[in-house]
Amino acid sequence: MGVMDFLTSAGELAAQEGPEDHVVLSSRVRLARNLSGVTFPGRAKKASRVEICELILPVVSAASAMRGGYSTAMSDLKALDKQLLVERHLISREHAAKSSGSALVLNKGETLSVMVNEEDHLRMQALLPGMQIKQVWQKIDRFDTSLEKKLEYAFDTNLGYLTACPTNLGTGIRVSAMLHLPGLVLTDQVNQIVQAVTKLGHAVRGLYGEGTEALGHIFQVSNQMTLGESEADIIERIHKVVLQVIEHEVNARQTLMQGRPSELYNHIGRAYAVLAHAHIVSSKESMNQLSLMRLGVKLGLFEKLDTAVLGELFLLSQPAHLQQFMGKKLTGEERDIHRSDLLRGHLSKVKGLKIPRS
Amino acid sequence: MICCQPDCENEATVHLTEIVEGQMKKIDLCEECAQEKGVTDPEGFALADLLLGLGTSSEFEQGGSELECPTCGFSHADFKKSGRLGCSECYATFAEPLEGVLKQMHKGTQHVGKAPKALRAQLDFSKQRDKLTEQLTKAIETEDYERAAQLRDRLKDLEGAKPKETKEA
Repeated sequence: MGVMDFLTSAGELAAQEGPEDHVVLSSRVRLARNLSGVTFPGRAKKASRVEICELILPVVSAASAMRGGYSTAMSDLKALDKQLLVERHLISREHAAKSSGSALVLNKGETLSVMVNEEDHLRMQALLPGMQIKQVWQKIDRFDTSLEKKLEYAFDTNLGYLTACPTNLGTGIRVSAMLHLPGLVLTDQVNQIVQAVTKLGHAVRGLYGEGTEALGHIFQVSNQMTLGESEADIIERIHKVVLQVIEHEVNARQTLMQGRPSELYNHIGRAYAVLAHAHIVSSKESMNQLSLMRLGVKLGLFEKLDTAVLGELFLLSQPAHLQQFMGKKLTGEERDIHRSDLLRGHLSKVKGLKIPRS
Repeated sequence: MICCQPDCENEATVHLTEIVEGQMKKIDLCEECAQEKGVTDPEGFALADLLLGLGTSSEFEQGGSELECPTCGFSHADFKKSGRLGCSECYATFAEPLEGVLKQMHKGTQHVGKAPKALRAQLDFSKQRDKLTEQLTKAIETEDYERAAQLRDRLKDLEGAKPKETKEA
Protein backbone atom coordinates (compact mmCIF):
# COMPACT_ATOMS: atom_id res chain seq x y z
CA MET A 1 0.00 0.00 0.00
CA GLY A 2 1.35 3.41 -0.94
CA VAL A 3 1.34 6.24 1.58
CA MET A 4 -1.36 8.01 -0.48
CA ASP A 5 -3.72 5.08 -0.01
CA PHE A 6 -3.10 5.19 3.70
CA LEU A 7 -3.60 8.91 4.31
CA THR A 8 -6.95 10.37 5.30
CA SER A 9 -8.50 12.11 2.29
CA ALA A 10 -8.35 15.91 2.12
CA GLY A 11 -12.13 16.03 2.43
CA GLU A 12 -12.27 13.86 5.52
CA LEU A 13 -9.41 15.74 7.09
CA ALA A 14 -11.04 19.12 6.48
CA ALA A 15 -14.34 17.88 7.94
CA GLN A 16 -12.76 17.18 11.34
CA GLU A 17 -13.88 19.61 14.02
CA GLY A 18 -12.19 20.76 17.19
CA PRO A 19 -12.79 23.14 20.09
CA GLU A 20 -12.42 26.85 19.26
CA ASP A 21 -11.90 26.02 15.61
CA HIS A 22 -13.33 29.37 14.56
CA VAL A 23 -9.80 30.59 15.36
CA VAL A 24 -7.56 27.63 16.22
CA LEU A 25 -7.04 25.38 13.20
CA SER A 26 -4.83 22.81 14.89
CA SER A 27 -2.68 22.08 17.93
CA ARG A 28 0.60 20.24 17.82
CA VAL A 29 3.38 19.07 20.11
CA ARG A 30 6.62 17.55 18.97
CA LEU A 31 9.36 15.95 21.03
CA ALA A 32 13.00 15.47 20.04
CA ARG A 33 14.73 12.36 21.38
CA ASN A 34 18.06 10.64 20.74
CA LEU A 35 19.53 7.30 21.62
CA SER A 36 22.24 7.16 24.23
CA GLY A 37 25.80 6.61 23.07
CA VAL A 38 25.05 6.93 19.36
CA THR A 39 26.19 9.75 17.09
CA PHE A 40 23.40 12.14 16.02
CA PRO A 41 22.05 11.55 12.47
CA GLY A 42 23.69 14.65 11.02
CA ARG A 43 27.12 13.40 12.03
CA ALA A 44 26.56 9.65 11.59
CA LYS A 45 27.79 7.68 8.58
CA LYS A 46 25.18 6.12 6.35
CA ALA A 47 25.80 2.59 7.68
CA SER A 48 25.25 3.79 11.23
CA ARG A 49 22.06 5.65 10.27
CA VAL A 50 20.69 2.53 8.60
CA GLU A 51 21.55 0.49 11.69
CA ILE A 52 19.83 2.98 14.04
CA CYS A 53 16.82 3.09 11.76
CA GLU A 54 16.56 -0.70 11.88
CA LEU A 55 16.78 -0.56 15.66
CA ILE A 56 14.18 2.18 16.13
CA LEU A 57 11.60 1.27 13.48
CA PRO A 58 10.37 -2.04 14.95
CA VAL A 59 10.03 -0.45 18.41
CA VAL A 60 8.02 2.52 17.12
CA SER A 61 5.85 0.39 14.83
CA ALA A 62 5.11 -2.07 17.63
CA ALA A 63 3.86 0.63 20.01
CA SER A 64 0.16 0.14 20.74
CA ALA A 65 -0.62 3.70 19.61
CA MET A 66 0.73 2.76 16.17
CA ARG A 67 -1.55 -0.25 15.68
CA GLY A 68 -2.88 -0.24 12.12
CA GLY A 69 -0.35 2.44 11.26
CA TYR A 70 1.99 2.93 8.35
CA SER A 71 5.73 2.75 8.23
CA THR A 72 8.01 3.55 5.32
CA ALA A 73 11.63 4.17 4.51
CA MET A 74 12.12 7.68 3.10
CA SER A 75 13.92 6.13 0.14
CA ASP A 76 10.69 4.34 -0.83
CA LEU A 77 8.70 7.56 -1.19
CA LYS A 78 8.30 9.45 -4.47
CA ALA A 79 9.13 13.16 -4.57
CA LEU A 80 5.45 14.06 -4.90
CA ASP A 81 4.51 11.87 -1.91
CA LYS A 82 7.11 13.61 0.20
CA GLN A 83 5.91 17.05 -0.84
CA LEU A 84 2.34 16.12 0.03
CA LEU A 85 3.44 14.93 3.46
CA VAL A 86 5.13 18.30 3.96
CA GLU A 87 1.93 20.10 2.98
CA ARG A 88 0.10 17.99 5.58
CA HIS A 89 2.71 18.98 8.21
CA LEU A 90 3.51 15.31 8.77
CA ILE A 91 7.18 15.63 7.88
CA SER A 92 9.58 18.55 7.73
CA ARG A 93 11.09 19.75 4.49
CA GLU A 94 14.44 18.68 5.84
CA HIS A 95 13.12 15.15 6.32
CA ALA A 96 11.64 15.13 2.82
CA ALA A 97 15.19 15.54 1.49
CA LYS A 98 16.32 12.37 3.28
CA SER A 99 16.51 8.96 1.65
CA SER A 100 18.21 5.81 2.93
CA GLY A 101 18.71 5.58 6.66
CA SER A 102 15.63 7.68 7.45
CA ALA A 103 12.03 6.63 7.93
CA LEU A 104 8.51 7.75 8.76
CA VAL A 105 5.85 6.08 10.90
CA LEU A 106 2.23 7.29 11.02
CA ASN A 107 -0.68 6.08 13.11
CA LYS A 108 -4.14 5.57 11.65
CA GLY A 109 -5.62 9.03 11.16
CA GLU A 110 -2.14 10.63 11.23
CA THR A 111 -2.62 12.20 14.65
CA LEU A 112 0.76 10.71 15.58
CA SER A 113 3.82 10.76 13.38
CA VAL A 114 7.43 9.85 13.97
CA MET A 115 10.36 10.91 11.83
CA VAL A 116 13.33 8.60 12.33
CA ASN A 117 16.75 10.12 11.72
CA GLU A 118 15.72 13.62 10.87
CA GLU A 119 17.98 16.02 12.79
CA ASP A 120 17.54 13.84 15.88
CA HIS A 121 17.11 10.07 16.03
CA LEU A 122 13.43 10.55 16.85
CA ARG A 123 11.12 13.44 16.17
CA MET A 124 7.61 12.55 17.24
CA GLN A 125 4.54 14.73 16.95
CA ALA A 126 0.90 14.64 17.92
CA LEU A 127 -1.50 16.77 15.90
CA LEU A 128 -5.20 17.39 16.59
CA PRO A 129 -7.74 19.81 15.12
CA GLY A 130 -8.75 22.92 17.08
CA MET A 131 -7.57 24.05 20.49
CA GLN A 132 -6.31 20.79 22.03
CA ILE A 133 -2.85 21.75 23.25
CA LYS A 134 -3.19 19.82 26.50
CA GLN A 135 -4.62 16.79 24.73
CA VAL A 136 -1.77 16.61 22.18
CA TRP A 137 0.73 16.83 25.02
CA GLN A 138 -0.93 13.95 26.88
CA LYS A 139 -1.00 11.93 23.69
CA ILE A 140 2.68 12.41 22.86
CA ASP A 141 3.74 12.08 26.51
CA ARG A 142 2.11 8.65 26.75
CA PHE A 143 3.62 7.59 23.45
CA ASP A 144 7.09 8.79 24.46
CA THR A 145 6.83 6.95 27.78
CA SER A 146 5.91 3.74 25.98
CA LEU A 147 9.03 4.03 23.79
CA GLU A 148 11.32 4.84 26.71
CA LYS A 149 10.88 1.29 28.02
CA LYS A 150 12.44 -0.12 24.86
CA LEU A 151 14.90 2.57 23.83
CA GLU A 152 17.64 4.07 25.96
CA TYR A 153 17.40 7.81 25.50
CA ALA A 154 20.33 10.20 25.69
CA PHE A 155 19.52 12.08 28.88
CA ASP A 156 21.56 14.11 31.32
CA THR A 157 20.30 14.96 34.80
CA ASN A 158 21.33 18.60 34.36
CA LEU A 159 20.65 19.18 30.68
CA GLY A 160 17.67 16.86 30.19
CA TYR A 161 17.09 15.20 26.82
CA LEU A 162 20.15 15.76 24.65
CA THR A 163 19.42 17.02 21.15
CA ALA A 164 21.50 17.73 18.06
CA CYS A 165 20.63 21.43 18.24
CA PRO A 166 21.07 23.20 21.58
CA THR A 167 17.85 25.14 20.93
CA ASN A 168 15.87 21.95 21.61
CA LEU A 169 17.82 20.83 24.66
CA GLY A 170 16.10 19.90 27.93
CA THR A 171 12.49 19.00 27.30
CA GLY A 172 12.96 18.72 23.53
CA ILE A 173 9.45 20.09 23.25
CA ARG A 174 7.93 22.36 20.66
CA VAL A 175 4.29 23.22 21.30
CA SER A 176 2.43 25.07 18.61
CA ALA A 177 -1.02 26.25 17.65
CA MET A 178 -2.04 27.23 14.15
CA LEU A 179 -4.29 30.29 14.31
CA HIS A 180 -6.60 31.84 11.73
CA LEU A 181 -6.52 35.59 12.37
CA PRO A 182 -8.23 37.45 9.52
CA GLY A 183 -10.02 39.81 11.93
CA LEU A 184 -6.78 40.99 13.47
CA VAL A 185 -5.18 41.39 10.04
CA LEU A 186 -8.10 43.39 8.59
CA THR A 187 -8.21 45.67 11.64
CA ASP A 188 -4.43 46.19 11.47
CA GLN A 189 -3.99 44.85 14.98
CA VAL A 190 -2.03 41.75 14.17
CA ASN A 191 1.42 43.30 14.59
CA GLN A 192 0.57 44.50 18.08
CA ILE A 193 -0.64 41.07 19.03
CA VAL A 194 2.41 39.40 17.52
CA GLN A 195 4.70 41.70 19.46
CA ALA A 196 2.88 41.10 22.72
CA VAL A 197 3.06 37.35 22.22
CA THR A 198 6.76 37.39 21.32
CA LYS A 199 7.53 39.49 24.39
CA LEU A 200 6.29 36.55 26.43
CA GLY A 201 9.03 34.43 24.91
CA HIS A 202 7.03 32.78 22.17
CA ALA A 203 7.73 32.73 18.47
CA VAL A 204 5.06 33.78 15.99
CA ARG A 205 5.35 33.29 12.29
CA GLY A 206 3.24 33.09 9.19
CA LEU A 207 2.71 29.47 8.48
CA TYR A 208 2.88 29.89 4.75
CA GLY A 209 4.67 32.47 2.68
CA GLU A 210 7.72 34.50 3.41
CA GLY A 211 8.49 37.40 5.67
CA THR A 212 5.79 39.22 7.54
CA GLU A 213 3.22 38.36 4.91
CA ALA A 214 1.19 35.49 6.33
CA LEU A 215 -0.66 33.66 3.59
CA GLY A 216 -4.21 32.74 4.40
CA HIS A 217 -4.01 34.91 7.57
CA ILE A 218 -2.59 31.87 9.30
CA PHE A 219 -0.10 32.31 12.12
CA GLN A 220 1.72 29.79 14.22
CA VAL A 221 2.48 30.44 17.88
CA SER A 222 5.13 28.22 19.46
CA ASN A 223 7.42 28.09 22.48
CA GLN A 224 10.98 29.26 22.00
CA MET A 225 12.75 27.92 25.07
CA THR A 226 13.04 24.26 26.00
CA LEU A 227 15.43 24.19 28.95
CA GLY A 228 14.79 25.37 32.50
CA GLU A 229 11.02 25.10 32.39
CA SER A 230 8.85 21.99 32.68
CA GLU A 231 6.62 20.73 29.88
CA ALA A 232 3.55 21.45 32.01
CA ASP A 233 4.59 25.09 32.50
CA ILE A 234 5.45 25.57 28.83
CA ILE A 235 2.07 24.16 27.82
CA GLU A 236 0.17 26.21 30.38
CA ARG A 237 1.78 29.43 29.14
CA ILE A 238 1.05 28.76 25.48
CA HIS A 239 -2.48 27.71 26.39
CA LYS A 240 -3.12 31.01 28.17
CA VAL A 241 -1.58 33.05 25.38
CA VAL A 242 -3.65 31.32 22.71
CA LEU A 243 -6.88 31.87 24.70
CA GLN A 244 -6.05 35.57 24.80
CA VAL A 245 -5.37 35.73 21.09
CA ILE A 246 -8.69 33.99 20.43
CA GLU A 247 -10.45 36.66 22.47
CA HIS A 248 -8.76 39.47 20.54
CA GLU A 249 -9.58 37.84 17.20
CA VAL A 250 -13.25 37.41 18.16
CA ASN A 251 -13.40 41.04 19.27
CA ALA A 252 -11.81 42.20 16.02
CA ARG A 253 -14.41 40.27 14.01
CA GLN A 254 -17.18 41.91 16.06
CA THR A 255 -15.66 45.34 15.51
CA LEU A 256 -15.63 44.74 11.77
CA MET A 257 -19.22 43.49 11.67
CA GLN A 258 -20.54 46.38 13.73
CA GLY A 259 -18.23 49.25 12.84
CA ARG A 260 -17.06 48.64 9.26
CA PRO A 261 -19.54 46.20 7.72
CA SER A 262 -19.22 47.48 4.12
CA GLU A 263 -15.47 47.05 4.19
CA LEU A 264 -15.83 43.55 5.60
CA TYR A 265 -18.52 42.48 3.09
CA ASN A 266 -16.41 43.96 0.30
CA HIS A 267 -13.39 41.83 1.22
CA ILE A 268 -15.42 38.66 1.55
CA GLY A 269 -17.61 39.33 -1.48
CA ARG A 270 -14.55 39.94 -3.68
CA ALA A 271 -12.92 36.77 -2.41
CA TYR A 272 -16.03 34.83 -3.34
CA ALA A 273 -16.26 36.51 -6.76
CA VAL A 274 -12.65 35.66 -7.63
CA LEU A 275 -12.78 32.04 -6.53
CA ALA A 276 -16.17 31.36 -8.13
CA HIS A 277 -15.30 32.96 -11.47
CA ALA A 278 -11.58 33.30 -12.14
CA HIS A 279 -9.82 30.99 -14.61
CA ILE A 280 -6.23 31.35 -13.41
CA VAL A 281 -5.63 31.23 -9.66
CA SER A 282 -2.25 30.92 -7.94
CA SER A 283 -1.93 28.98 -4.68
CA LYS A 284 -1.22 32.23 -2.87
CA GLU A 285 -4.40 33.91 -4.14
CA SER A 286 -6.39 30.78 -3.44
CA MET A 287 -5.20 30.59 0.17
CA ASN A 288 -5.86 34.27 0.85
CA GLN A 289 -9.32 34.31 -0.69
CA LEU A 290 -10.38 30.99 0.87
CA SER A 291 -9.29 32.44 4.20
CA LEU A 292 -11.63 35.42 3.73
CA MET A 293 -14.47 33.11 2.72
CA ARG A 294 -13.84 31.05 5.84
CA LEU A 295 -14.25 34.22 7.87
CA GLY A 296 -17.51 34.82 5.99
CA VAL A 297 -18.82 31.36 6.87
CA LYS A 298 -17.90 31.80 10.53
CA LEU A 299 -19.76 35.13 10.56
CA GLY A 300 -22.84 33.50 9.01
CA LEU A 301 -22.57 35.37 5.70
CA PHE A 302 -22.88 32.31 3.44
CA GLU A 303 -25.93 30.08 3.42
CA LYS A 304 -25.36 26.35 3.05
CA LEU A 305 -21.59 26.60 2.85
CA ASP A 306 -19.46 24.59 5.22
CA THR A 307 -15.92 25.45 6.29
CA ALA A 308 -15.09 21.79 5.54
CA VAL A 309 -15.44 22.51 1.80
CA LEU A 310 -13.14 25.52 2.14
CA GLY A 311 -10.65 23.53 4.19
CA GLU A 312 -10.57 20.82 1.55
CA LEU A 313 -10.04 23.38 -1.21
CA PHE A 314 -7.30 25.01 0.88
CA LEU A 315 -5.47 21.70 1.06
CA LEU A 316 -6.08 20.80 -2.57
CA SER A 317 -4.87 24.24 -3.67
CA GLN A 318 -1.35 23.36 -2.65
CA PRO A 319 0.97 22.09 -5.39
CA ALA A 320 1.49 18.44 -4.38
CA HIS A 321 -2.12 17.95 -3.32
CA LEU A 322 -3.36 19.40 -6.59
CA GLN A 323 -1.09 17.16 -8.66
CA GLN A 324 -2.06 14.13 -6.61
CA PHE A 325 -5.74 15.05 -7.08
CA MET A 326 -5.31 15.42 -10.85
CA GLY A 327 -3.25 12.25 -10.95
CA LYS A 328 -0.40 13.76 -12.95
CA LYS A 329 2.55 16.11 -12.83
CA LEU A 330 1.68 19.69 -13.70
CA THR A 331 3.72 22.81 -14.42
CA GLY A 332 3.05 25.95 -12.39
CA GLU A 333 0.93 27.45 -15.16
CA GLU A 334 -1.09 24.29 -15.58
CA ARG A 335 -1.64 24.15 -11.84
CA ASP A 336 -3.09 27.67 -11.74
CA ILE A 337 -5.66 26.67 -14.40
CA HIS A 338 -6.58 23.32 -12.81
CA ARG A 339 -6.80 24.99 -9.42
CA SER A 340 -9.28 27.54 -10.74
CA ASP A 341 -11.36 24.74 -12.32
CA LEU A 342 -11.47 22.96 -8.99
CA LEU A 343 -12.46 26.12 -7.12
CA ARG A 344 -15.16 27.12 -9.61
CA GLY A 345 -16.51 23.58 -9.61
CA HIS A 346 -17.08 23.76 -5.87
CA LEU A 347 -17.99 27.41 -5.42
CA SER A 348 -19.86 28.64 -8.49
CA LYS A 349 -23.14 27.21 -7.20
CA VAL A 350 -22.73 28.83 -3.78
CA LYS A 351 -25.14 31.71 -3.29
CA GLY A 352 -23.62 35.13 -2.69
CA LEU A 353 -23.39 36.91 0.61
CA LYS A 354 -26.41 36.99 2.85
CA ILE A 355 -26.14 40.35 4.55
CA PRO A 356 -27.75 40.45 7.99
CA ARG A 357 -30.40 43.14 8.40
CA SER A 358 -29.44 45.76 10.87
CA MET B 1 21.26 41.10 -2.83
CA ILE B 2 23.80 38.49 -1.81
CA CYS B 3 23.10 35.57 0.50
CA CYS B 4 23.94 36.44 4.11
CA GLN B 5 25.58 33.12 4.91
CA PRO B 6 29.36 33.14 5.35
CA ASP B 7 31.31 31.92 2.31
CA CYS B 8 28.28 32.15 0.04
CA GLU B 9 28.08 34.60 -2.82
CA ASN B 10 24.91 33.47 -4.53
CA GLU B 11 22.01 35.78 -5.23
CA ALA B 12 19.60 35.81 -2.27
CA THR B 13 16.11 34.79 -3.31
CA VAL B 14 14.60 33.88 0.05
CA HIS B 15 13.88 36.83 2.30
CA LEU B 16 12.61 36.26 5.79
CA THR B 17 11.40 38.36 8.64
CA GLU B 18 10.64 37.00 12.03
CA ILE B 19 9.85 38.64 15.31
CA VAL B 20 11.76 37.15 18.19
CA GLU B 21 11.50 38.65 21.66
CA GLY B 22 9.85 41.71 20.16
CA GLN B 23 12.70 42.38 17.77
CA MET B 24 12.36 42.17 14.04
CA LYS B 25 15.12 40.18 12.36
CA LYS B 26 15.68 40.05 8.63
CA ILE B 27 17.62 37.50 6.74
CA ASP B 28 18.39 36.93 3.07
CA LEU B 29 19.38 33.55 1.76
CA CYS B 30 20.08 31.95 -1.59
CA GLU B 31 18.03 28.94 -2.67
CA GLU B 32 20.80 26.52 -1.71
CA CYS B 33 21.46 27.85 1.78
CA ALA B 34 17.72 28.13 2.40
CA GLN B 35 17.33 24.46 1.52
CA GLU B 36 20.24 23.52 3.69
CA LYS B 37 18.85 25.41 6.64
CA GLY B 38 15.38 24.02 6.02
CA VAL B 39 14.15 27.59 5.78
CA THR B 40 11.32 26.85 3.39
CA ASP B 41 9.86 24.47 5.91
CA PRO B 42 7.49 26.29 8.25
CA GLU B 43 7.67 23.60 10.88
CA GLY B 44 11.29 22.53 10.94
CA PHE B 45 12.78 25.96 10.92
CA ALA B 46 12.72 28.87 13.26
CA LEU B 47 14.63 31.89 12.16
CA ALA B 48 15.54 32.18 15.81
CA ASP B 49 17.41 28.90 15.50
CA LEU B 50 19.43 30.36 12.70
CA LEU B 51 19.97 33.70 14.36
CA LEU B 52 20.73 32.13 17.70
CA GLY B 53 22.93 29.74 15.80
CA LEU B 54 24.87 32.66 14.38
CA GLY B 55 24.90 34.40 17.75
CA THR B 56 26.03 31.15 19.21
CA SER B 57 29.11 31.06 17.04
CA SER B 58 30.44 34.35 18.32
CA GLU B 59 29.74 33.33 21.89
CA PHE B 60 31.28 29.97 21.21
CA GLU B 61 34.35 31.63 19.75
CA GLN B 62 35.49 32.82 23.16
CA GLY B 63 36.58 29.45 24.36
CA GLY B 64 37.30 25.91 23.45
CA SER B 65 38.53 26.37 19.90
CA GLU B 66 40.93 23.45 20.42
CA LEU B 67 38.27 21.11 21.71
CA GLU B 68 37.33 17.98 19.85
CA CYS B 69 34.83 15.35 20.96
CA PRO B 70 36.64 12.09 21.77
CA THR B 71 33.54 10.07 20.87
CA CYS B 72 32.55 11.43 17.48
CA GLY B 73 35.47 13.67 16.52
CA PHE B 74 33.23 16.73 16.29
CA SER B 75 35.26 19.91 16.48
CA HIS B 76 34.65 23.47 17.54
CA ALA B 77 34.70 24.48 13.88
CA ASP B 78 32.04 21.90 13.04
CA PHE B 79 29.70 23.39 15.61
CA LYS B 80 30.35 26.88 14.35
CA LYS B 81 29.48 25.79 10.86
CA SER B 82 26.35 23.80 11.58
CA GLY B 83 25.03 25.14 14.89
CA ARG B 84 24.47 21.48 15.79
CA LEU B 85 26.41 19.01 17.91
CA GLY B 86 27.72 15.65 16.78
CA CYS B 87 26.68 13.29 19.56
CA SER B 88 25.39 13.31 23.12
CA GLU B 89 28.97 13.24 24.46
CA CYS B 90 29.61 16.59 22.76
CA TYR B 91 27.61 18.23 25.55
CA ALA B 92 30.26 17.08 28.02
CA THR B 93 33.15 17.95 25.71
CA PHE B 94 31.89 21.44 24.97
CA ALA B 95 30.25 22.01 28.38
CA GLU B 96 32.25 25.13 29.15
CA PRO B 97 31.81 27.11 25.94
CA LEU B 98 28.18 25.96 25.72
CA GLU B 99 27.21 27.30 29.10
CA GLY B 100 26.96 30.92 28.02
CA VAL B 101 25.13 29.93 24.86
CA LEU B 102 22.51 27.99 26.80
CA LYS B 103 22.02 30.79 29.29
CA GLN B 104 21.29 33.18 26.47
CA MET B 105 19.07 30.74 24.65
CA HIS B 106 16.93 29.28 27.42
CA LYS B 107 15.10 30.12 30.60
CA GLY B 108 17.62 28.24 32.72
CA THR B 109 20.47 25.79 32.45
CA GLN B 110 19.04 23.10 34.73
CA HIS B 111 16.51 20.73 33.18
CA VAL B 112 13.13 20.59 34.86
CA GLY B 113 10.37 18.34 33.65
CA LYS B 114 10.10 14.88 32.24
CA ALA B 115 12.89 12.33 32.66
CA PRO B 116 13.13 8.69 31.65
CA LYS B 117 11.75 6.58 34.49
CA ALA B 118 15.08 4.84 35.01
CA LEU B 119 16.78 8.16 35.74
CA ARG B 120 13.99 9.82 37.66
CA ALA B 121 15.21 8.54 41.04
CA GLN B 122 18.59 10.09 40.41
CA LEU B 123 17.06 13.39 39.36
CA ASP B 124 14.83 13.46 42.43
CA PHE B 125 17.89 12.79 44.52
CA SER B 126 19.84 15.75 43.18
CA LYS B 127 16.82 18.01 43.46
CA GLN B 128 16.32 17.04 47.09
CA ARG B 129 20.02 17.47 47.83
CA ASP B 130 20.03 20.96 46.28
CA LYS B 131 17.00 21.92 48.34
CA LEU B 132 18.53 20.69 51.61
CA THR B 133 21.86 22.35 50.86
CA GLU B 134 20.09 25.64 50.23
CA GLN B 135 18.15 25.36 53.49
CA LEU B 136 21.35 24.49 55.34
CA THR B 137 23.14 27.55 54.01
CA LYS B 138 20.22 29.71 55.08
CA ALA B 139 20.15 28.14 58.55
CA ILE B 140 23.85 28.83 59.04
CA GLU B 141 23.43 32.40 57.82
CA THR B 142 20.67 33.02 60.33
CA GLU B 143 22.73 31.26 62.99
CA ASP B 144 20.00 28.69 63.57
CA TYR B 145 22.50 25.98 64.45
CA GLU B 146 19.96 23.52 65.81
CA ARG B 147 18.18 23.44 62.47
CA ALA B 148 21.51 23.37 60.63
CA ALA B 149 22.52 20.24 62.52
CA GLN B 150 19.20 18.60 61.65
CA LEU B 151 19.61 19.48 58.01
CA ARG B 152 23.17 18.21 57.94
CA ASP B 153 22.00 14.86 59.32
CA ARG B 154 19.27 14.65 56.71
CA LEU B 155 21.79 15.41 53.98
CA LYS B 156 24.03 12.66 55.32
CA ASP B 157 21.14 10.20 55.30
CA LEU B 158 20.26 11.24 51.78
CA GLU B 159 23.84 10.75 50.53
CA GLY B 160 23.78 7.29 52.11
CA ALA B 161 20.63 6.37 50.23
CA LYS B 162 21.91 7.76 46.93
CA PRO B 163 20.63 5.73 43.99
CA LYS B 164 23.22 3.85 42.00
CA GLU B 165 24.59 5.79 39.05
CA THR B 166 23.08 4.22 35.98
CA LYS B 167 24.77 4.60 32.68
CA GLU B 168 23.75 7.94 31.32
CA ALA B 169 24.53 9.94 28.29
